[in-house]
Amino acid sequence: MSSRAEILASLKANQPATRALPEDLENPVIFESPVSVFATMLTNIGGSAVEVSGFEEIKTYLKEHFSGLPRIISTLPELSDVTERDWIDHEPHSYENVDLAIIAAHFGVAENSALWITESLMQQRVIPFICQQLAVVVRKTDILSNMHQAYTRIADSSYGFGTFIAGPSKTADIEQSLVLGAHGPKNMTVFLVD
Amino acid sequence: MSTATKDHAALSDIFNADEARVNWHDDTLWFVRAKRDKAAHTLPEWERLRDTASQIKDNVLSNLHDYLLQFESNAQHNGITVHWAADAAAHNRIVHEILNDNGIRQLIKSKSMLTEECHLNEYLKEQGVDVIDTDLGERIVQLAEEPPSHIVLPCIHKKKEEIGTLFHEHLGTPEGMSDPVFLTAAARLHLREKFMTRRAAITGVNFAVAETGEFVVCTNEGNADMGAHLADVHIACMGIEKIIPQRTHLSVFLRLLARSATGQPITTYSSHFSKPRPGQQMHIILVDNGRTTQLGREDFRNSLKCIRCGACMNTCPVYRRSGGHSYHTAIAGPIGSILAPNLDMKKYADLPFASTLCGSCTNVCPVKINIHEQLYKWRQVIVKEGYASPAKTIAMKTMDFTLSHPAVYQKAGKAGRWFLKHIPFAVNNRMNAWYKQRDMPEPPKQSFREWFKENNTMQKNNSDE
Amino acid sequence: MTVGLFIPCYVDQFYPNAAIATLKLLQRLNVDVHYPMNQTCCGQPMANSGFEHLTAGCNNLFIDNFSQFDYVVSPSGSCVLHLKDHLHSATEETKARGIRKKIYELTEFLTDVLEVKSLTARFPHKVGVHQSCHGQRGLKLAQMTELVDQPFSKPLQLLNMVEDLELVPLTRPDECCGFGGTFCVIEEAVSVKMGKDRVADHISNGAQYITAADMSCLMHMEGILKRQNSQVRVLHIAEILNAQEQ
Repeated sequence: MSSRAEILASLKANQPATRALPEDLENPVIFESPVSVFATMLTNIGGSAVEVSGFEEIKTYLKEHFSGLPRIISTLPELSDVTERDWIDHEPHSYENVDLAIIAAHFGVAENSALWITESLMQQRVIPFICQQLAVVVRKTDILSNMHQAYTRIADSSYGFGTFIAGPSKTADIEQSLVLGAHGPKNMTVFLVD
Repeated sequence: MSTATKDHAALSDIFNADEARVNWHDDTLWFVRAKRDKAAHTLPEWERLRDTASQIKDNVLSNLHDYLLQFESNAQHNGITVHWAADAAAHNRIVHEILNDNGIRQLIKSKSMLTEECHLNEYLKEQGVDVIDTDLGERIVQLAEEPPSHIVLPCIHKKKEEIGTLFHEHLGTPEGMSDPVFLTAAARLHLREKFMTRRAAITGVNFAVAETGEFVVCTNEGNADMGAHLADVHIACMGIEKIIPQRTHLSVFLRLLARSATGQPITTYSSHFSKPRPGQQMHIILVDNGRTTQLGREDFRNSLKCIRCGACMNTCPVYRRSGGHSYHTAIAGPIGSILAPNLDMKKYADLPFASTLCGSCTNVCPVKINIHEQLYKWRQVIVKEGYASPAKTIAMKTMDFTLSHPAVYQKAGKAGRWFLKHIPFAVNNRMNAWYKQRDMPEPPKQSFREWFKENNTMQKNNSDE
Repeated sequence: MTVGLFIPCYVDQFYPNAAIATLKLLQRLNVDVHYPMNQTCCGQPMANSGFEHLTAGCNNLFIDNFSQFDYVVSPSGSCVLHLKDHLHSATEETKARGIRKKIYELTEFLTDVLEVKSLTARFPHKVGVHQSCHGQRGLKLAQMTELVDQPFSKPLQLLNMVEDLELVPLTRPDECCGFGGTFCVIEEAVSVKMGKDRVADHISNGAQYITAADMSCLMHMEGILKRQNSQVRVLHIAEILNAQEQ
């Protein structure tokens, strides 16, 4: 018997009588000011929240904080004049030397400062992970309170790959000492746009 | 216990030889437990969230057959190749075949307790395949040639100085350097080279969604993503119980997982893999390895609800003071002690006894597994199946006889005499175990019964002789 | 109201003062207390070792001794929890079920059934309260630090009625002492370490006495305190609730 047939037969024989799914969780926490909660949570986990009115302010911030970096890429057309041209559609390993990647998120979640980003916003799946530093642009009106709202928003949308990203890559594997920049970005800046 | 290797008690003895180190281990894990408490208390709906998660898992276990078929069909539709493995050997063979088909002899692997359970690394090594673990903690224990001692914090038993020495030997860091920031940076460089050059990546799976055919992998380091998005071949290995019915249920589990595990509101990365990227192969292996047997054990099936957060280990006063390796199984701590006997009752007969049944594990479990009750029930099963020592059985029968016969009990000796022979210190024929570091209570002049006979004449009518 | 007093075997044999205090306390609260002389044990030492199937004789004896009372009260949370969870009988299951419902640990009997609002007791000492796991997490005598819920504590509610008693806070308010029945000998190293750590928490926070609603935990901690030649003493909560120090 194949493993598949064996497992399915064993499941048929052993699984208990059907138990119903529960109702959706009622009244999860809702914040009066999700943007400020998001900013606080992000700061707590080692990221930086920057409130801006628009892309001109983002450019100013980039100039002040990230000038002199050899390789800055962005998927956002609004930033094409301050970032590398013709970087898309190369082999994923070629982005190993990206110093800063600036991408957009569909929305953010205040309770954990996670941002939902799918493949279509990354250009290449590896981009938000392989870059040395990551910046994400999200509209303030797209900051939700909790994860239940997040999945209501995602609903049955289709993606090949999607991820919640909350802060920079990190580890505490050595004696529970928190270190930012384990394998992925060493820091994360989130531009919260009016 | 009748195991060839040392049992939990013997291994704990060794661990406790260095008391300062036990204190350090205990404090480190208590710190994680405290972070968990703080995170849980930020959500007023925490207990309702646990209830909901538990009920979703009940539903999963009662429909696993159909959910797996639904997942298989949707994943295949998404371009993922689905494999089934009845046991660890089948799982390991499938991995090897996929690698062979692609002419790959070197791979990277992010954290997967399932592959630890199946001893995949050892198997692949025997086949001449080189595996590098990319989770920092796992890489550290791999360099030390040890198994992980904790499912979430694999090298929690190691001091930074020991890690510094390992890195000096293997990665060429300066001797005596033990700063975590420095060591992490060294590991980053070392592992980046592996990410850049290896064509196959194995990841674990935290959740697989029947409704969509996608699976979710959670890490803080980003190592699963670095591996998967650079490799030509991505192999995801999962126990069949990792299925959840609908995408929306991820909201419940992602809120619970990291808060329970480390006190973070969510892991840095919660990646949803739905389709391979163009030109990439994506495989998923659905592994049974005893899970369907456990599903058939009514008293123990709830152990399959586990989402591998490790909270029960961090809170367990025994785990904190005995270390993960004392459990001599891939998954240590309270949850491991109710999972392991299902795989090999004889080999793991000691584990359900490595607990005071304090119940803290059950209280922190995000999916409300009745862990301490299952420990108690495993003890009954293990004894009935004949894995208790004959001496213990005789002691218990003597105890039962005395305690069932008041006349025997009362004549068994003056206050305390019978006890000094029989309870609870003689049951294992290890009389000295109490005395070694503790004094015995002094037998009083009179037992309560004797006092009552003499002194309660006022209410004599209330004694029912 | 009739109350059958269940004095667990090891309390009978080693800690008669805890049993006497329990009896006197109940009598002072005008409870009609009965002590069946043929009682022995709840069967937990065997059951927790995996020999629950050997406890039938013990269970039937318990049922014979206690089924006639309105309530069964015992100064041991652990024994009460065991009986609540595991007292069964092939021949007398109705009576067994009855006992499972009417058996109470002493402090919960005082707070929930007698609804005691005040006590005449004085104990002018610094006291650390050990939350015994089976009483706390099993019988829910007090809120557990793991849960996100309202705090409460039946033992503390009563201790707060004792004049001049000073409660000391603990760094880990509800960690297990490591007794665990046969665990204390099977897993000697870990058991002792847990006991030492628990005792150290009380001592470093200034406790002169350690109390609990369970004598077995106290027996364990006492064994460690004595070996350390410590001046800190253990007392069952009944002894403090019944204390009349001047």
